[in-house]
Amino acid sequence: MLIIDCPNCGPRPETEYGYGGQAHVAYPEDPHALTDEEWAQYLFYRDNPKGDYAERWVHSAGCRKWFNAVRDTRTYEISAVYRTGETRSETQKGA
Amino acid sequence: MAADQTRRIDAGGAIDRSTPVELVVDGTTLTGFAGDTVASALVANGRLRVGDSIYRGRPRGILSAGVEEPNAFVLVHGDHDESMLPATTLELVPGLDVRLLDGIGVLDQKPDPAEYDKMHVHADVAVVGAGPAGLAAARAAAATGARVVLLEQDFRLGGSLLASPAEVVEGVPAAQWVEQVRAELEAAPEVRVLIRTTAFGSYDNNHLIAVEKRAEHLDGTARDGIPRQRIWHVTAAQVVLATGAFERPIVFADNDVPGVMLASSVTTYVRRYAALPGREAVVVTTNDSGYAAAHALLEAGASVQVLDARDEGASPVVASAAQAAGLRVRTGCAVVGIDGDASVEGAWVARIDAEGALVGDAERVVCDLVAVSGGWTPNVSLHSQRQGALHWDDDLAGFVPTAAVRNQHLAGAVRGTYWTDGCRAEGDAAGVAAASAAGFSAASRSTVIGADAVAEERVARAGRTRQLWVVEGREGGYATHFVDLQRDNTAADVLRATGAGMRSVEHVKRYTSISTGVDQGRIGAVNTIGLLTRVLSGDDTRAIPPGQPGQDETASGPAAGAARPTPGAIGNTTFRAPFTPVAFAALAGRSRGDLFDAARTTSIHPWHEAHGALFEDVGQWKRPWYYPRPGEDIDAAVARECRAAREGVAFMDATTLGKIEIRGADAGEFLNRLYTNAFKKLAVGKARYGVMCKPDGMVFDDGVVLRLAEDRYFATTTTGGAARVLEWLEEWSQTEWPDLDVVCTSVTEQWSTIAVVGPRSREVIARMAPDLDVTREGFGFMEFRETVLASGIPARICRITFSGELAFEINVPTWYGLQVWEDVAEAGADFDITPYGTETMHVLRAEKAYPIVGQDTDGTVTPQDLGMSWIVSTTKDFVGNRSYSRSSHRAADRKQLVSVLPLDRSLRLPEGAQLVEPGALGDYTGEGLPSRPIPMLGHVTSSYHSQALGRSFGLALVKAGRDRIGQTLIASFEGRFAEVEVADAVLYDKEGARRDG
Amino acid sequence: MNQRELPEHPDFLWANPEPKRSYDVVIVGAGGHGLATAYYLASKHGITNVAVLERGWIAGGNMARNTTIIRSNYLWDESAAIYEHSLKLWENLEEELGYDVFFSQRGVLNLAHTLQDVRDSVRRVEANRLNGVDAEWVDPQQVKELCPIINVGDDIRYPVMGGTYQPRAGIAKHDWVAWGYARRASELGVDIIQNCEVTGFVIDGGRVTGVETSRGRINAGKVALCAAGHTSVLSELAGFRVPIQSHPLQALVSELHEIIHPTVVMSNHVHVYVSQAHKGELVMGAGIDSYNGYGQRGSFHVIEHQMSAAVELFPAFSRAHLLRTWGGIVDVTMDASPVMGRSPVDGMYVNCGWGTGGFKAVPGAGFAYAHTIATDEPHELNRGFGLDRFVSGALIDEHGAAAVAH
Repeated sequence: MLIIDCPNCGPRPETEYGYGGQAHVAYPEDPHALTDEEWAQYLFYRDNPKGDYAERWVHSAGCRKWFNAVRDTRTYEISAVYRTGETRSETQKGA
Repeated sequence: MAADQTRRIDAGGAIDRSTPVELVVDGTTLTGFAGDTVASALVANGRLRVGDSIYRGRPRGILSAGVEEPNAFVLVHGDHDESMLPATTLELVPGLDVRLLDGIGVLDQKPDPAEYDKMHVHADVAVVGAGPAGLAAARAAAATGARVVLLEQDFRLGGSLLASPAEVVEGVPAAQWVEQVRAELEAAPEVRVLIRTTAFGSYDNNHLIAVEKRAEHLDGTARDGIPRQRIWHVTAAQVVLATGAFERPIVFADNDVPGVMLASSVTTYVRRYAALPGREAVVVTTNDSGYAAAHALLEAGASVQVLDARDEGASPVVASAAQAAGLRVRTGCAVVGIDGDASVEGAWVARIDAEGALVGDAERVVCDLVAVSGGWTPNVSLHSQRQGALHWDDDLAGFVPTAAVRNQHLAGAVRGTYWTDGCRAEGDAAGVAAASAAGFSAASRSTVIGADAVAEERVARAGRTRQLWVVEGREGGYATHFVDLQRDNTAADVLRATGAGMRSVEHVKRYTSISTGVDQGRIGAVNTIGLLTRVLSGDDTRAIPPGQPGQDETASGPAAGAARPTPGAIGNTTFRAPFTPVAFAALAGRSRGDLFDAARTTSIHPWHEAHGALFEDVGQWKRPWYYPRPGEDIDAAVARECRAAREGVAFMDATTLGKIEIRGADAGEFLNRLYTNAFKKLAVGKARYGVMCKPDGMVFDDGVVLRLAEDRYFATTTTGGAARVLEWLEEWSQTEWPDLDVVCTSVTEQWSTIAVVGPRSREVIARMAPDLDVTREGFGFMEFRETVLASGIPARICRITFSGELAFEINVPTWYGLQVWEDVAEAGADFDITPYGTETMHVLRAEKAYPIVGQDTDGTVTPQDLGMSWIVSTTKDFVGNRSYSRSSHRAADRKQLVSVLPLDRSLRLPEGAQLVEPGALGDYTGEGLPSRPIPMLGHVTSSYHSQALGRSFGLALVKAGRDRIGQTLIASFEGRFAEVEVADAVLYDKEGARRDG
Repeated sequence: MNQRELPEHPDFLWANPEPKRSYDVVIVGAGGHGLATAYYLASKHGITNVAVLERGWIAGGNMARNTTIIRSNYLWDESAAIYEHSLKLWENLEEELGYDVFFSQRGVLNLAHTLQDVRDSVRRVEANRLNGVDAEWVDPQQVKELCPIINVGDDIRYPVMGGTYQPRAGIAKHDWVAWGYARRASELGVDIIQNCEVTGFVIDGGRVTGVETSRGRINAGKVALCAAGHTSVLSELAGFRVPIQSHPLQALVSELHEIIHPTVVMSNHVHVYVSQAHKGELVMGAGIDSYNGYGQRGSFHVIEHQMSAAVELFPAFSRAHLLRTWGGIVDVTMDASPVMGRSPVDGMYVNCGWGTGGFKAVPGAGFAYAHTIATDEPHELNRGFGLDRFVSGALIDEHGAAAVAH
């Protein structure tokens, strides 16, 4: 069982969470300024690395807050958890 | 009673001779004692033979005394028969009635009346295995005050000590030591000892999963209130694996004849169960441990000779003990064949060379038992399930763990520590280390023998194991050299696999099916790997990829060019949960029937039930579907309900629709960004219908939104979409627009909603809410009012319609729902107010072409496709808007919502019927299948008989639907065809005149 | 062949050659699709100077891990076409490959448990029929006749309301299908190279000319990616993304029992997918773990949930035993439909995103992919599955028919 450290609630089993895929994919500032190809990238393409992945989780059965995590998609080890709005690099301290 | 136990040894054993127990086997009654397993009872009764082998129908016998058993499977008769249980682990209890199986089970179609449950526990230290290592670990950890859970699959504690009860452990006989430790653990308040509990799975974060047999040993029958089995979910800060090791057989000709048994298992039968498997025994061994069986047999009165495959024989201590006991030992010899089909009658014995080939002639030795020890395989399943590293230890001749998984510890035979005090010492050290890592320090201790010291001794203590992977037979060939008994696979099968080009052990497993039986390779896997080292060359390993458990990690992959690969070059097949089989029902636990999934009901539910409603599942909700009166079928009931709604007054429980309060200074802006239409300027007190789309532009949900205050909105969603919509709102507000001041709260369960519908609804509302101006002028369409009902209950009443009729929705706090519903029924009694369900609701809204998201849409439909371009704002942007300029949205043949009217006005098309052009059918008559695909234009999404129109009709998504209005299409369904006319989606009251009453 | 007989495999399957310095076509990934593609390139297009590079042991990925359900009853025209073509190839496969793959056409039932399930089922049945795919709607009584061990009573939380039935659907033995293709391909001159991982691409002016591997550089006229859940890893090396996400997908088997389950049963709503293999084990698919993962393993609660559903619908399975669980890597697209066609790199082709549809598609995908590679044009069957659909918005949404909860 994955145990994920919610920034608000602490370590809870994965069954309490929803998964939100790749983190830091911002909704485009002006979608209408994008070409169809660029819009398709936003709609349908996400990174899919075999290794560290910055991803989103939401604590559905708890505080219902979204947050980010860096997890290795091979070993499923979570090396960092940080709040929505923070950037990945801020978390490298003692990850 | 004991007279029929011809092979019961007169004294000794961990059995209770004062408690005889009868056992029925294939209809024959035998007697054993409490403390026996079914297998040991069979042995005590002189029966080694069990079911025949699955494919070759060869006689088979009990091979082992544990979970590794490949032959002795039984079906247990009972309330619900259970098959493929190993007789070697099946505790003998009164009433047991079994059938010996030929390697395959029979599922019972009678319902299983037993209950199963689950427990979740958190522990500081979990210890798996209660042999000397595990008991020592549990005791050491418990002494620190840590919370300890000890899991043991057997029905007794002791593990390997059960086969050597007289061995001295910390100065006392093993049986006494076990009892002392057990008592200490029982006395410790934070310790839980679980016997009959097999830890079968090891998952991330030290999540161990185990199954406990709770009731089978209680008089053989389940009792009320005691679940038959229990799944334990144990999450431990630290885990100690003390899971022991399995003995391997030796691969020689006819090594599957009943009477060929694992040497350590023979010892177990003799010492633990006081059951003698044979009177004239040959012990054949590749290592020192086999001698223990020889001594046990000798002491039990059997005649014994030992064949030691090693030219140099045993280690000095073992050799001199054998000599002192008068054991006849031949070195450099092995069994090369068996005489006897249904049982061992003799063993062919010969000298063998370094390759396992016969040297000289074989001699026939009369015997009825061949005890075999081919070496030891640490039981690393749980370790490897966590990707714990393994490597081949050539001295110990086994795959051993390289290092424990993080937050885990290994102790005892699982590490290749094959002597009792070494196991105890390692267990002790592991228990201390585990407790310490969990934050519990040991009080000062006398001596803790370091685990490293133990490691150095390992090889010395074990002695040399000869890696004898196969012994040549007298007649050449390997067709009866069994490697995996359960799968009837032989060394010949392995040779065939490699001959076919297979190199990876995973391929060999799949080509032969070795290791796929219940024992999952415990008997045959390492022998197979060993065999591969004999068959493959170093060059062959160039085709073997890395990555198998236990495989060498040399820089360029396996040792290419070496003359002969080692087992480390090959590696193991993957270890997977469960370690041993677990019943489906145990894993299902209590999630059955009503507990399989929540059945959500509104507070009005009892009334619906009392009034004969039938229900449909909408998500987790039970919604009234229709309310048939005596003698009515669904069509009659729905026709009556529809008429009431359009001609009089009807009411419906709309509580299940999702309700979300959106509050904050930016609530309006927030809604503007997510709905296709605008809400920012919606006046307080007004309501507006809205549609929500995903970024791809497809309709996702819809519902009416009320503006309660400047900074407060009340949004409704579809019943099934409520949770998804809330999640959507929260995702966007938190991750994309955190700068917006907005908070969303689900209030679905806080409000009951009652729709009162029809021309006479106004009168009913007037009675319900006398303080309210409900005149046409006083209460406009899409407005709402807060009021207090005649009953004194506060309510919010909206003028919304999902039928096109004059309609009101009364919203009250949930706990008043039933009361208010009854009040409405009473207030409308004069008007014959009629309850209606989802079916009628569907018909009424369809007549008005109001779409049902998820029925008239399927994730590929836009608002424009639904004919709702009017709801797509042209003045503000919203999520999804960008997608409409993609080329597929400009395609002329996009599907659009229209209505379809069967030319036969009484024909109700099935929902899902497909629509085609009249010419498209060609010569297809509907019988069989068309010779080439027939292009389809769309399908019927909703289909009803309309009371209001006096005819059948449907809604459909049709390519270029709006351009086809007036055209005739063909509906195809159930092998038939029917003509339909395409019409505008809205069929009834196009002007919307009825909504004001 | 009855349950009490073990199959006879050929005495020779494939050679293990050293890779040559160059090939006309390099296929990356020797799973079912890769091997089938190589076979069709050689047999249908006469292109035999082909290497299939496999970093592990052949067919050791999803091909070794799936639950072997073969059917063509998908909703949309494009899906039905390719899966049905595949099914027709299945029907002749044993003869074509000269290998008994235990293809057993025992039908598939897709159960309906809600009114909307019923609507969706009828829609799919009617679409199937007009597309030439055998399909029928069956009521609960007929479900019971087709599968006597199903509980069609209303004593379970979501009773069976009926289902769709495709009589020609069935199962086959996954490993042997792969070996059958491998053997034929090998006979026709294709080199199957195991223990050979592609670590990079040689791209010159927007065109691929070779691959870097753990066994050296191999030049290639064309490169076809065929690595399922690992496609993103490869495409990143080639400088582009594919619209897939790789998730753990688990499955399980029981021990052997006398045959009791005569067909294949799938239920989205109650979450059960189960058949009984020739030798007697129950074979069941479990759900997809929500998070991205390459570990070929998932969490146990997914299995437990599956077990509840199984025992509800099949009371006879109550004391069948979970014998083994495992996991694979399922590559899913947003519309649960595959990607097959040209890539942004000239001379490089991509086939991925088959999700839970991969095994049944092995012959059909191999056939279409071979055509695409040989002619540099999609076949009719995969024209709709190119990457361009994500730009135009013309997605092919098969979440319902793909039948595994995402």
